[in-house]
Amino acid sequence: MVEIEIDGRSLQVDDGSTVIEAAHKLGTYIPHFCYHKKLSIAANCRMCLVQVEKAPKPMPACATLVTNGMKVFTHSEQAVKAQKAVMEFLLINHPLDCPICDQGGECQLQDLAVGYGESDSKYEEEKRVVPDKDLGPLVSTDMTRCINCTRCIRFTAEIAGFMELGQSFRGEHAEVMPFIGKTVDTELSGNIIDLCPVGALTSKPFRFSARTWELSRRKSVSPHDGLGSNLIVQTKHDRVMRVLPLENEDINECWLTDKERFSYQGLNSAERLTRPMVKQGGAWQEVDWNVALDYASHALRDVAKTHGSEAIGGLLSPHATLEEMYLAQKLLRGLGSENIDFRLRQSDFSADGRRKGTPWLGMKIADISRLDRVLVVGSFLRKDHPLIAQRLRQSAKRGAEISVLHSADDDLLIKLAARAIAAPSQLPAILAQVVKAVCAIKGVAADTAVAGVTVSAEAQAIAQSLASGSNAGILLGNFTQQHPQAATLQALAGQLAVALGGKFGFLGEAANSVGGYVAKAVPGAGGLNAAAMLKEPRQAYVVLGAEPELDCADGALALATLTKAAAVVVLSPFKSQAMLDYAAVLLPVSPFSETSGTFVNTEGRAQSFYAAAKPLGETRPAWKVLRVLGNLLGVAGFEFDSSEDVRAEVLGGTPDFASGLDNGIDGVALNLGASVNGFERVADVPLHFADPLARRAPALQQTRDAAAPAAHMNAVMLAKLGLASGDRTRVGAGGTATVALTAQLDAGLPDRVVRVAAAHVDTVALGAMCSVLTVEKA
Amino acid sequence: MALIDTINPLLTTGWSKGDAGWSLKDYEARGGYAQLKRILSSKMSQDEVIAEVKKSALRGRGGAGFPAGLKWSFMPKAAPEKYVVCNTDEGEPGTFKDRDLLRYDPHSTIEGMIIAAYAVGAKRGYNYIHGEIFDIYQRFEEALDQARAAGYLGERILGSDFSFDLFAHHGWGAYICGEETGLLESIEGKKGQPRYKPPFPANFGLYGKPTTINNTETFAAIPFIMGMGGEAYLNLGKPNNGGTKLFSVSGHVNRPGNYEVPMGTPFAKLLEMAGGMRGGRKLKAVIPGGSSAPVLPAEVMMDCTMDYDSIAKAGSMLGSGAVIVMDETVCMVKALERLSYFYFEESCGQCTPCREGSGWLYRVVHRIEHGEGRPEDLDLLNRVTDNMMGKTICALADAAAFPVRSFIKHFKSEFEYHIEHKKCLVSPEVQRAGSGFFKAGAA
Repeated sequence: MVEIEIDGRSLQVDDGSTVIEAAHKLGTYIPHFCYHKKLSIAANCRMCLVQVEKAPKPMPACATLVTNGMKVFTHSEQAVKAQKAVMEFLLINHPLDCPICDQGGECQLQDLAVGYGESDSKYEEEKRVVPDKDLGPLVSTDMTRCINCTRCIRFTAEIAGFMELGQSFRGEHAEVMPFIGKTVDTELSGNIIDLCPVGALTSKPFRFSARTWELSRRKSVSPHDGLGSNLIVQTKHDRVMRVLPLENEDINECWLTDKERFSYQGLNSAERLTRPMVKQGGAWQEVDWNVALDYASHALRDVAKTHGSEAIGGLLSPHATLEEMYLAQKLLRGLGSENIDFRLRQSDFSADGRRKGTPWLGMKIADISRLDRVLVVGSFLRKDHPLIAQRLRQSAKRGAEISVLHSADDDLLIKLAARAIAAPSQLPAILAQVVKAVCAIKGVAADTAVAGVTVSAEAQAIAQSLASGSNAGILLGNFTQQHPQAATLQALAGQLAVALGGKFGFLGEAANSVGGYVAKAVPGAGGLNAAAMLKEPRQAYVVLGAEPELDCADGALALATLTKAAAVVVLSPFKSQAMLDYAAVLLPVSPFSETSGTFVNTEGRAQSFYAAAKPLGETRPAWKVLRVLGNLLGVAGFEFDSSEDVRAEVLGGTPDFASGLDNGIDGVALNLGASVNGFERVADVPLHFADPLARRAPALQQTRDAAAPAAHMNAVMLAKLGLASGDRTRVGAGGTATVALTAQLDAGLPDRVVRVAAAHVDTVALGAMCSVLTVEKA
Repeated sequence: MALIDTINPLLTTGWSKGDAGWSLKDYEARGGYAQLKRILSSKMSQDEVIAEVKKSALRGRGGAGFPAGLKWSFMPKAAPEKYVVCNTDEGEPGTFKDRDLLRYDPHSTIEGMIIAAYAVGAKRGYNYIHGEIFDIYQRFEEALDQARAAGYLGERILGSDFSFDLFAHHGWGAYICGEETGLLESIEGKKGQPRYKPPFPANFGLYGKPTTINNTETFAAIPFIMGMGGEAYLNLGKPNNGGTKLFSVSGHVNRPGNYEVPMGTPFAKLLEMAGGMRGGRKLKAVIPGGSSAPVLPAEVMMDCTMDYDSIAKAGSMLGSGAVIVMDETVCMVKALERLSYFYFEESCGQCTPCREGSGWLYRVVHRIEHGEGRPEDLDLLNRVTDNMMGKTICALADAAAFPVRSFIKHFKSEFEYHIEHKKCLVSPEVQRAGSGFFKAGAA
């Protein structure tokens, strides 16, 4: 610790702190542009110049390290003169077009110009004009406004992991630009809009649609991946205009993924379902709520009466709120059915009944940053959990060793210590090898089922890395959870964590992947799980918030089964052609922005939010709709007046974290061997197709991440099949259906594997995410 | 433009044969590499070498004048990986000494760098040569091949346990890459932009490793210092201003070129060596240390001796030793316009005051020169320079400001005349006559 004095007030700060950090501790604001607490120090804007005793010149507070006895003056004549000088320089070539600038009202330059600028300009020469750049569908540029602070450049290089922006040319001609002919394609690109202290980088979907002071702000929680990023949802006339991050160091820090930032466009989609609809005589009719609810309740009651209550199944979206899931399962159970599930993309349910508690991350999100050894198993990490990937990227820079076990070798933009890339069927065996190798290194006995495996060099390298640290963690990704031997992988990860004295857990796929268990939205004794409900067709289904043809592990099967069902009651914010085909009644329910509710994120944190806008049209919050349905069906215990009442019943109060979190499983027989004949499918869920809301966000759909699915194979596979990258192929899954896809080289894929994305209309016909494919030249 | 004249030739001993005397055998015939051999065979300690350089009071010849021995002593002893870098990115307008050093005697620089590497414990070195003198870069590569073949570079040099290799690296012509940390960034393959200091290169230099970076002329002087001893070298010049110095004399003199003279030589003597004023015209002003040094009027300059302290006392800088001589035919507004344009073009664009201020300065001076000046412009220029100086990461903002301030300070009446009469005090005919491109009266 060193003692310093800022404007006459002394304080103790850590050795190695900068003056601006010390001033921040005191609550003293030092004007700045290029400095950002999460980025490296550039010291180029010079706005933070302060006077330091004994220094001949003013010093940049962002880059000056504190020394014992240092005396800093942030408002002295010398300091203020320097700050005003810099402000004058910043403004001479700045367009001063605030009235037509989207940043107006939330512009750091505008704000600081009030304090440090003059009322008129002494600069009477010609002003600089800088050509705009095409950064893609999300970020709009007005480069003439750029003050060259380089925050955006540093963000892409340091946080997003790849330097997609740079500063070309010199001096006054300097321009921030992407690589020639390229756009900024990181899944975190929207953050550069927040970072830009001026109006050079603004939101393409939002710009020119509202002024910042016209917007109402509501705190909310991201409905997408399991992180539960905190949001500020901004509305105008009850229409969501923009979404910004709400800083929460324990969760999303100050960042948002592009999906979280821009999916709001889907809220205003033309496919929003705004009036209840029923199908009568094959024709759809818009009806009043009471008619639709009567229709739905009668349909369910009729099926229960004629076919038994087990003829009803409930498919719930993992993006539904805790309250919605809880009421939906309560409704179905009230009718006598145990066929309830929210784990729509899961294919292995053998852990059901053996679980010690609710599967979760196994640690706090912030703890991920403290792990010094990490093994990520089966995860398209950078796309499935961009902000967790970001955390690991920073950890790796601090010296943490990250290893990967997966069926694809996508560049995570993280320095990896070791990796094993193998076909999906091989993942359990390799993880078993890692367990065996770690047990050998640690000198502990390995499970007998594991003892027989031969440790490969890749597994050994992973084991050595993991065993060399003191705080190891194993993170099981979406691909692991969707894997046909998911329970085995979970059990092995548990053994590995025990051997390492570390932690293990799941990276929650969806906003309520933990909440679904907490809400008991899983089948009870004798009930059917999500896969079984489709394999063994029911007479009636309640579908909440999901589009089963895209959101289930086997979309084709889901579509076929639902189409055959006698009555499908759909509660959804959107309507689609598929829904119109299979549903009997469509009940328009609110998306997250129009209802109150709770998401329990992957670390078990229960985060509640209020509606940010009024429900659109005749849309109603799903918890209210379910409550009325419960009343109509005469189910007991449906006397809720608010979503908070529901929440209190589920969580037993208002705890910050859900209870009963435990990744342990008992008595799962390890299933290591699985030799597969044919080409195994590796199915990723592209991030902008992962849920109904993102699928309807036009700007996201124009990004590179939303490219149409292709048949990715490695060079050996392409050669074997006589294909070249770019050839059209017909891909089949054993049945009669085939889909036309373009062959594409992906050198990171293992042999005998074809990677075809799921959750996309182009590939629904291929059926199960885990399957054997045939590929032939079209 | 070879060496024209010298007092006490040291650095320039090998220049007399012009392009015929640069190769290894010529250098060895002049006693080259003898000092390296002596140091290695006698197992002289690193501290002894540094002490000798300190004793010589050799000050950095690139412009800043920082004592070389002191700089070397900052290198951490224990660091396993260290670098020695030579700055031949001679971009300062008016300076052309390093070009000729490498053209006529590249091995003295190489030997100097090897000795420096030995003294600071570096195993690798780079010489960054600016892109406009590509033929010099090629010659330096040849010289490196010769030195490697002769065992002066590489593993276990001359059978000792000291290993060092040296590489040439050529830039692409950015002035800012002559700033030492901008140069290091450029070697690393990044955009040449100065780094914030501290940390200084001795702690965090090339690739983040401790690095000693010196000017070409500084390294070239090392073998001579080791040969004659630090004391003797110091005595060649003045106290605190050891040795001889190369001066690149340009402008309105009869014999522009490089001159090696002992530190402390009167300017009048240097001017005389350069053949005096061209056409016998009257000296008007001198920029004594390269374009970024403040200009000095004739009467001040004629009283100066050529060393760091005397020039500093007169209100300018010895800088890189580029002496730009201007006679009475020069329009000082036009001269300043050209200088300001240079700094406007060469600012790296990193720091706000320099990026924005250098363009502002140039535009205002340009306006004055083109008859669109306003009475308030001179105050404006002084205010803008005041706002630039000392507020940036590197000294380029100061370099852009010094000429503006000094030209206005010493030749204010000429600027005022320009503003008031919308034309030059020095008539265009006179300017043309003095330019050298036009014969007097030929127009």
